[in-house]
Amino acid sequence: MYHHTEFDRAFVVDRAQRFRDQVQRRISGALTEDEFRPLRLMNGVYLQLHAYMLRIAIPYGTISPDQMRQLAVIADRWDKGYGHFTTRQNIQFNWPKLVDIPDMLDALAEVGMHAIQTSGNTIRNVTADHFAGAAADEIADPRPYAELIRQWSTDHPEFQFLPRKFKIAVSGSPNDRAVVKSHDIGLRMVEKDGESGFEVSVGGGLGRTPLVGKVINEFVPVADLLPYLEAILSAYNSVGRRDNKYKARLKIAVQELGIDHIRELVDERFAEIRPKFDGTDQTILDQIAARFGQPTLVSGRSTADYDAAREADPIFRSWADTNLHAHKHADYAIVTVSLKKHGATPGDATFDQMRVLADLAERFGQGDLRISHEQNVVLPHIHKADLAALHAALREADLGTANLGLISDIIACPGLDYCALATARSIPIAQQIATRFDELKLEHEIGELKIKISGCINACGHHHVGHIGILGLDRAGVENYQVTLGGDGTETMSVGERAGPGFSKDEIIPAIERLVYGYLDVREDASETFLQAYRRLGPEPFKAALYPEKAAA
Amino acid sequence: MARAFEPVVISANDLFDGRVIYLTGKDEWVPHLRQAELITDEEKAKHRMAHALALSDRAVGVFLAPAKAGPDGPEPGHPREAFRAHGPSNYFHGKQAEEA
Repeated sequence: MYHHTEFDRAFVVDRAQRFRDQVQRRISGALTEDEFRPLRLMNGVYLQLHAYMLRIAIPYGTISPDQMRQLAVIADRWDKGYGHFTTRQNIQFNWPKLVDIPDMLDALAEVGMHAIQTSGNTIRNVTADHFAGAAADEIADPRPYAELIRQWSTDHPEFQFLPRKFKIAVSGSPNDRAVVKSHDIGLRMVEKDGESGFEVSVGGGLGRTPLVGKVINEFVPVADLLPYLEAILSAYNSVGRRDNKYKARLKIAVQELGIDHIRELVDERFAEIRPKFDGTDQTILDQIAARFGQPTLVSGRSTADYDAAREADPIFRSWADTNLHAHKHADYAIVTVSLKKHGATPGDATFDQMRVLADLAERFGQGDLRISHEQNVVLPHIHKADLAALHAALREADLGTANLGLISDIIACPGLDYCALATARSIPIAQQIATRFDELKLEHEIGELKIKISGCINACGHHHVGHIGILGLDRAGVENYQVTLGGDGTETMSVGERAGPGFSKDEIIPAIERLVYGYLDVREDASETFLQAYRRLGPEPFKAALYPEKAAA
Repeated sequence: MARAFEPVVISANDLFDGRVIYLTGKDEWVPHLRQAELITDEEKAKHRMAHALALSDRAVGVFLAPAKAGPDGPEPGHPREAFRAHGPSNYFHGKQAEEA
């Protein structure tokens, strides 16, 4: 965990106080809505279909038990008893009253949390691999770099009025779990001649124009990271289009001007900026790294209990086979707690569940919790001897679902149930797919299959990078769902291809069922995943399963 | 041929708590769609909208929401308006809970 400094604490307290004043001025009529809107958005306050919505940052997905408990307090006291974890490592509360939000921000500030830059045309919450500091395949923990970027980008005067929002993700591993190439800037740690640095991609993004980020620099040494990022932002600030909101992201500039031209602009700016960085940033980076407490990993403690529990309890074994990942220490495991119970709303946790997760993180997990972009919660350092007890406690809290990476582990945006931008619902589609495949008792046989659902073309549900993507649209006032196939959000990122005409809300679940049975028919064996089969065979057998009438014609 | 004008109501969100509100024919902001003034004439809609904006101290994001006539008053004219009028479908929250 990163432990905040006095400066950090004073900063968020001051910001909450300023927002309290702004709310008072809005309510008194001293500020019009046009004047107030940018101020509330700078503090993560949206107005959605039914109510205001408060989006709170969980920087690089890392959260302490005390912070999680404070989210539980907020859910219980000022909202409707739950919170919604998002695909950008934020949490959203869907029902706050404007008059209560200053108190909510004060409560957040008490534990070093805030909603700053979770909206607006600025650098948003910096995201990272949710297994950071624990994964067996990691080169280095990406979070100190993410925290450095967070500090640098927060209230950075040059980057408060960018052409459009700007997203940065950092991965410390060759296996990309942070979807870095779908970000305006994606950083992937690499090593060159024994030195650590970053492969830097730019111009990735989903939304109405899905594009895979392009590598602008294969190796930026750690010492050059901030000036290089500043050079990219500075170039974007100059060439990013402000005439058309839909063409204002960096990805459009990269697409229209070409990566080589953007690289020239960045290199030119970097040459100007780099000499001004005198090493202070590196000193701060060292201080940040020192403020990340390291887990105490014990060697020599027996893991026999784990092996025995696996033998004795098939429910535990199924969960362990599905929800655990390899830790850098062989006696430990990374546990992902699924927030995708069959039929539940993806990414939602009640205040009781938040408290249980905080308690379990303290009892078994070194006080470390993560939020994944796949809308689950991670306990990154669990000794294998504790897994059976942890699993039992999770099951008691209705958090023991064994479905990680399976067909019911669905990413879904809030959709038309909540979002003012949405054109169709996402949540009920996710609920129905999960429920249907649970009834069929097929999901473990199907194996890895990522379904991602967005309720509009802005693609908050990442449908473009779902093995099966579902996009909800409005067709003459009726919800309609398009299917895309073959998307991938990892280091082999690809954008899914549209399969054909859309389906009504009553047709989409049977269509997905046909598609999955079609995959089971054509796969070579159980080890060939949906995505692998799609890449081997191409779209035709999958389209034939989706559109049997057309195939028969 | 010009498209026929579809009926509307004037809707917004409440400044204090964000809840969906509708304008009645007596210039009151109310929580229930069925109490709203159904406007079937385009000129009148323009006039009422301008008026609503002028009196919108507590109303945020005033707009013309598609609606249709029903036996108990206006009903939603679009799925989006149905969710605004009733609440989300994944939880029994919002207006559906308030009315229960």
